[in-house]
Amino acid sequence: MTASTDTVTSDQTAKPGKRKAPLSEGARAERRLGWILCAPAVIVMIAVTAYPVGYAIYLSLERYNLELPQAVKFIGFSNYAAVLSSPYWWQALKVTLIITVFSVAISLVLGMLLALLMHRTLFGRGTVRTAALIPYGIVTVAAAYGWQYAWTPGQGYLSAAFNNSAPLTSEVKAIAVIILAEIWKTTPFMGLLLLAGLSLVSEDLQKAAKVDGATAWQRFTKITLPLMKPAILVALLFRTLDSFRIFDNIYILTDGANGTGSVSILGYDNLFNALNLGIGSAISILIFICVAIIAFVFIRLFGTAAPGTDIGKR
Amino acid sequence: MAAVTTTPRQKAGWGTANFVVIALAMIPVLWLASLSFKTPAAVLDPSLIPSQWTLGNYSQILKTSQFIRPLINSIGIGLIATLIAVLFASMAAYAVARLRFPGKGVLIGMSLLIAMFPAIALVTPMFNIERSLGLFNTWPGLIIPYVAFGLPLGIYTLSAFFREIPWELEKAAKVDGATPFQAFTKVIAPLAAPGMVTTAILVFMFCWNEFLFAISFTSTIASRTAPASIAYFSGSSQFTVPTGPIAAAAVVITIPIIIFVVFFQRRIVAGLTSGAVKG
Amino acid sequence: MAEIVLDNVTKRYPDGALAVDKFSMDIADGEFVILVGPSGCGKSTTLNMIAGLEDITEGELRIAGRVVNNKSPKDRDIAMVFQSYALYPHMTVRQNMGFALKLAKTPQATIDEKVNEAARILDLTQHLDRRPANLSGGQRQRVAMGRAIVRDPAVFLMDEPLSNLDAKLRVQTRTEVSRLQRRLGTTMVYVTHDQTEAMTLGDRLAVMRTGLLQQIGSPHELYESPLNLFVAGFIGSPAMNFMAGTLAEGSLQTAIGNLPLTPALRQALERANVGRQVIVGIRPENFEDASLVKPELRGHGVTFHATIEVVESMGSDVFVYFTQESGLSAGVDQLADLAEDSGKADTGASDETVTARLDAATQIREGENAELWADVRTMHVFDPKSGQNLSLETETGTPAAAAT
Repeated sequence: MTASTDTVTSDQTAKPGKRKAPLSEGARAERRLGWILCAPAVIVMIAVTAYPVGYAIYLSLERYNLELPQAVKFIGFSNYAAVLSSPYWWQALKVTLIITVFSVAISLVLGMLLALLMHRTLFGRGTVRTAALIPYGIVTVAAAYGWQYAWTPGQGYLSAAFNNSAPLTSEVKAIAVIILAEIWKTTPFMGLLLLAGLSLVSEDLQKAAKVDGATAWQRFTKITLPLMKPAILVALLFRTLDSFRIFDNIYILTDGANGTGSVSILGYDNLFNALNLGIGSAISILIFICVAIIAFVFIRLFGTAAPGTDIGKR
Repeated sequence: MAAVTTTPRQKAGWGTANFVVIALAMIPVLWLASLSFKTPAAVLDPSLIPSQWTLGNYSQILKTSQFIRPLINSIGIGLIATLIAVLFASMAAYAVARLRFPGKGVLIGMSLLIAMFPAIALVTPMFNIERSLGLFNTWPGLIIPYVAFGLPLGIYTLSAFFREIPWELEKAAKVDGATPFQAFTKVIAPLAAPGMVTTAILVFMFCWNEFLFAISFTSTIASRTAPASIAYFSGSSQFTVPTGPIAAAAVVITIPIIIFVVFFQRRIVAGLTSGAVKG
Repeated sequence: MAEIVLDNVTKRYPDGALAVDKFSMDIADGEFVILVGPSGCGKSTTLNMIAGLEDITEGELRIAGRVVNNKSPKDRDIAMVFQSYALYPHMTVRQNMGFALKLAKTPQATIDEKVNEAARILDLTQHLDRRPANLSGGQRQRVAMGRAIVRDPAVFLMDEPLSNLDAKLRVQTRTEVSRLQRRLGTTMVYVTHDQTEAMTLGDRLAVMRTGLLQQIGSPHELYESPLNLFVAGFIGSPAMNFMAGTLAEGSLQTAIGNLPLTPALRQALERANVGRQVIVGIRPENFEDASLVKPELRGHGVTFHATIEVVESMGSDVFVYFTQESGLSAGVDQLADLAEDSGKADTGASDETVTARLDAATQIREGENAELWADVRTMHVFDPKSGQNLSLETETGTPAAAAT
């Protein structure tokens, strides 16, 4: 972090409106340049997110089935009522939450172990990092096929190792397999974020704690963890929201069969199998609200450590 | 490092831990690779090493346009989206990191929001918008959303990189007679080049990986990307699962990722963490 | 070549903080002016305003007769050396030095000629094709200077250009800067927090505190005739000693005895009508080992006894430290600022420690209750409320170079 007084000063001068003297040529040029530079990014982001979300809200209030284009009609909140009274939505939400909670919690613990290993290991650090990046980087669909075949009885090594079991055909076991695939894919990302947090904890602090008589476990829980709290919260927020939108793994592994579909799968099916734009949009908006709630809860927990606040100050 | 003295036991301990991590990361990938080299008959053999090696699966997928065309789509869409996203993101990131202008907070808030956005919430409305604009099943139909989702990543990573560049350098450029634009192109951009490369790699990997938009906004191989095309592979008859070709295709799309990871390990780590932890 | 006029230049941030308050100064063509003061005094802000890197809230800035308030840096014909040097890491020394000329679309031949000339002056010729990362600290500093020189600007601005060098190199480079400025004859405005650097370099110094200009003058003037407590304490090393004094019957009662007042000083104090409480300032060099003072001089000062706590022999001089009940009440903000700047506030050193510089021949030992002599002809008397130096008016003529 390079929070110099310079940048603080410059930000103070940035506040518009309170300035009495006219802006100098330089300040005006800077302002104009700022807007020009941001414009393309802002336009694309608005075009692809803000506008469609607004449009989705509109669509969600209509009866709109692609098979019956003549029957489009404004029906208010009926679509929401239909979704919220449907067991499919609650089942999908339950599955999504279970997958999110388990995969995030387990990958946090494993990620922490991985981060400690990458931080402390005496040799082969580069090799470990490279190996860890492969699950992160690999195309989810490709990996998902690997897991699918691995758990197919008579074909896969994992199925063979567990008495030729067929976990993908039962709800609970299939969800466990999905969680496993998620953990494998996301632990490295968690580990890398935590590693960055870990490297912000100075060696001198560790040494000081050692001199003060702290055991390795005490050093970890009393020094390292509290100092890493911002990094942990950022990693958790990103991972939780990412996990909540799980789609690829389920689509390949079970395609939502046996009650394993997530909310994203439900939304997709409503659009492309039921061809119901109204219901699909209502689901979209409900998912959006869920994500907003999760983000809000996290940001309340963060306080000032929320990502972005730092940039905002500059 | 704190441990100055390394006992052989410590060494063995770390070695074992390293080995476990590497094995856990690699075995699922190696399993996929081994499947891709198995003959159709041997595909049902759960062993990790093929008893009979064949390149048949590869020649089969590389012969048909069912996979080649999506592969070209993936590369083209990925490169174009990356180029645009990095260009726009570096402009915005420079403004965020360096310039004083009202509305900065809105931009940051917006990109944070999009970074966490549930993509499925966009699929339904975007599907309808793209159909009415004639973007459905075209390259731009995927490039535009990819740029939008690559931007937050790019803005975060790049503004962290830009902030590392000393502020005084720009003052110096201004005193040396540079306009803000010249200060950007002649002083900041060259120094930020490593950051841009890193960002480009991350954005390209995102595009390469993307699946939900790819199956939602395409209907034929005219614009379907490689990951989406694999989901549409069909066996020689309705009842045979094309395991071998799917595995081969999965390996093919994994190769670029492995190359990136091996050659740019340091940069990817730096990019991923700079945006998230410092941002 | 140009003169610079700052006319009530003010910098106020939107949150209301006043960084620089009505700074006025005329800087003559070719003059070497130092802005000096503790950190946060507004000296760098003033320099940045001259450079055009910060907006001027109020007042007028003229360079070579032209109002440049709203001109961008590139249109002000200035060159600047930064504290961090701000060398472009991706360019060679040659490209760094030629960058400004290139932006100004100077023909390549001219650029080469000027860069080579500057490199020759600064002894950088053999490093021209290296990158800044491969240079030593001193070399980088010279490249930064070179980058300013090749422009042949009307004004050089320097923002603490020596503070990143180690002590030895700093002294050497200081001499170089001075020589260079005389050689080029270009107007130079130089910011530093180091009063020694300021005293040795500048034609004139402008001392600032909390955004306010305190005094402008030559090093000699500031040293001999400080307008107020702050300048008196800031200029000079070791710093001036301050103690409380009470006016009584034609003399000043202080912790080191009754100091006689010259008739002129007595008149000045009466005119000022400040009451009986004042602050007395005596520089360390105005003390002496009483046994070494020539008899005919003794009458110009007072002798007193003090228990010497520390003796530091510098070879040419001996510094001795002793404690006296200074009687200074807290709350004199100029003294508080000085204490903060000197680090006294941090080290916990007492205000009551008096420093005296004695002749090397002194035999005084640590722990001894020694007899010392203080010259009262050169002492300063300050108003404790305003900090104003009351003894200045005793001098013939007007107070030298008073700030307007």
